[in-house]
Amino acid sequence: MIEVENLTKKYGQLTAIKDLTFKVDKGLIWGLLGPNAAGKTTTMRILTGYLPATDGRATVAGYDVFEQPNEVKRTIGYLPEVVPLYPEMTVGAFLGFVAEIKQVPKGKRAAAIDRVVTAAGLKSVRGRLIKNISRGFKQRVGIAQALLHDPQVLILDEPTIGLDPAQIVEIRELIKSLRGERTIMLSTHILPEVTQTCDGVVIINEGKLMASALLASLTTSVSQRDGVFLKLRRGGEEAAALFRQIPGVEKAAAEGDTIRVDWAKGQDSRDTLTRLVVEKGLGLLEMRPFGIEDLYLKIVSGGTTQ
Amino acid sequence: MNNIWSIAKRELRAYFSSPIAYVAVAVFLLLVGFFFYSLVWWFNSQAMQMSQNPYYAQQININQMVFSPLFHNMSIILLLMIPLLTMRLFAEEKKIGTEELLYTSPVSIVQIILGKYLASLLVLGLMLVLTWILAAFVFAFGNPEVAPLLNGYLGLFLMGAGFIAVGIFFSSLTENQIVAAVLTFGALLLFWVLSWAASSASGLWKGTLEYLSFFQHFDDMTRGILDTKDLVYYLSFTFFGLFLTHAVIQSRRWR
Repeated sequence: MIEVENLTKKYGQLTAIKDLTFKVDKGLIWGLLGPNAAGKTTTMRILTGYLPATDGRATVAGYDVFEQPNEVKRTIGYLPEVVPLYPEMTVGAFLGFVAEIKQVPKGKRAAAIDRVVTAAGLKSVRGRLIKNISRGFKQRVGIAQALLHDPQVLILDEPTIGLDPAQIVEIRELIKSLRGERTIMLSTHILPEVTQTCDGVVIINEGKLMASALLASLTTSVSQRDGVFLKLRRGGEEAAALFRQIPGVEKAAAEGDTIRVDWAKGQDSRDTLTRLVVEKGLGLLEMRPFGIEDLYLKIVSGGTTQ
Repeated sequence: MNNIWSIAKRELRAYFSSPIAYVAVAVFLLLVGFFFYSLVWWFNSQAMQMSQNPYYAQQININQMVFSPLFHNMSIILLLMIPLLTMRLFAEEKKIGTEELLYTSPVSIVQIILGKYLASLLVLGLMLVLTWILAAFVFAFGNPEVAPLLNGYLGLFLMGAGFIAVGIFFSSLTENQIVAAVLTFGALLLFWVLSWAASSASGLWKGTLEYLSFFQHFDDMTRGILDTKDLVYYLSFTFFGLFLTHAVIQSRRWR
């Protein structure tokens, strides 16, 4: 649904994103994950036609972002990082204006507004001025305006930022409820956001692509290879030295009260490791495979590209 | 066309849901009313004296003595008011982040500029139309000529249209409304005083400066002269302002 090839954007001397290439499948929720200043907003702004790219290609639903910007704009619903709202308008009037500029046909406008007001749970604030409603409602109005022209693709830049925990859950549920026909891409720097809401993830750091895969395949591939974290009753450096002698283990080091054991890709030394722990009577407390959290941490702290 | 009107409608709503338009229109009318009152008062006393002498009596002309100076006064008030009407047009969109909504909608930049321009033009039109009440008094108690009056209003409207184009341009340069207003005011004032510089220049310079000055062209129109040269000047001024605005917005996105 969204295809990005060698996308590069420079602001003067500063390179915001470099040679980004990824593909997003139809009908799923994708997370664009990365620490702050990774290039998430820039990527989304290019996809929505707000910014032109310096180099590379991007297509949305088969339309080229640079050559057919109007078709792309009709296909996409976009919630920018700063929710674009006119404070002096009422929620209803604002949605009316957006329906006009998004070119919803005149006869269908009222129905479209009713539909998004219901979907985003805005019935109670429809007649109120935007400047007088809460942060959570403003975010909902932002999502509602993105849905007005019933777009095939939704692009949401940090949809839960600045909300309280209860509101975050509400917005997440709202986004999940939109799954189905639509392809949704949301950006975040918070990992649980991705694991709880998304089907797939594109991880970027410092403008470069680090990983791009379905969440399910990413988690299994991460846990099958790489290694485990161990918590032992009698751990420490001696135990780590013992594990280093297991064939296939590349690295074993004590990190605080846990021991991190890495092995070569495609290997699985868990059986040998467990046997050794039992034989030596080290007292196994916990054994945890590397999760997506560890992968993410490794990636953003300058580790390997997956 | 529909897109332009959608943008214009929202701008008008913004003008009239905040005090800006009401204050601008009210202050404009108050000042114009004051000038009109003092000009009519002066006209009365002059006419009284002049009518004593049959030679001077023929020269009493309400168009020349009331409306021509009134149009000049109105042009100066517009010079002060229009920067306040145009300052928010693009600056505010940038500040509150709504430009991202506009530029990611299937609406072209030209349509956005024209929509905003149209909205300010309508407010200007409203200001001018409301002063017709004053003209109505003159028609009730005197017999002014209609053609020079309409010509003067056309001149005011075209000049205001040029002012607005300058204001939109400066509003697109910054996200600070005060900066936009001050720059607009400064530029308009500069185009006004060009005619002073022209009076001390000579040759080609004199002609160029005179041609560029807003008020040189306006002078003709208040005296009832409709010259295509003046029309071309105002229209090209407007076009140039809007064209530069378009260039600024485009270049900002490509940077």
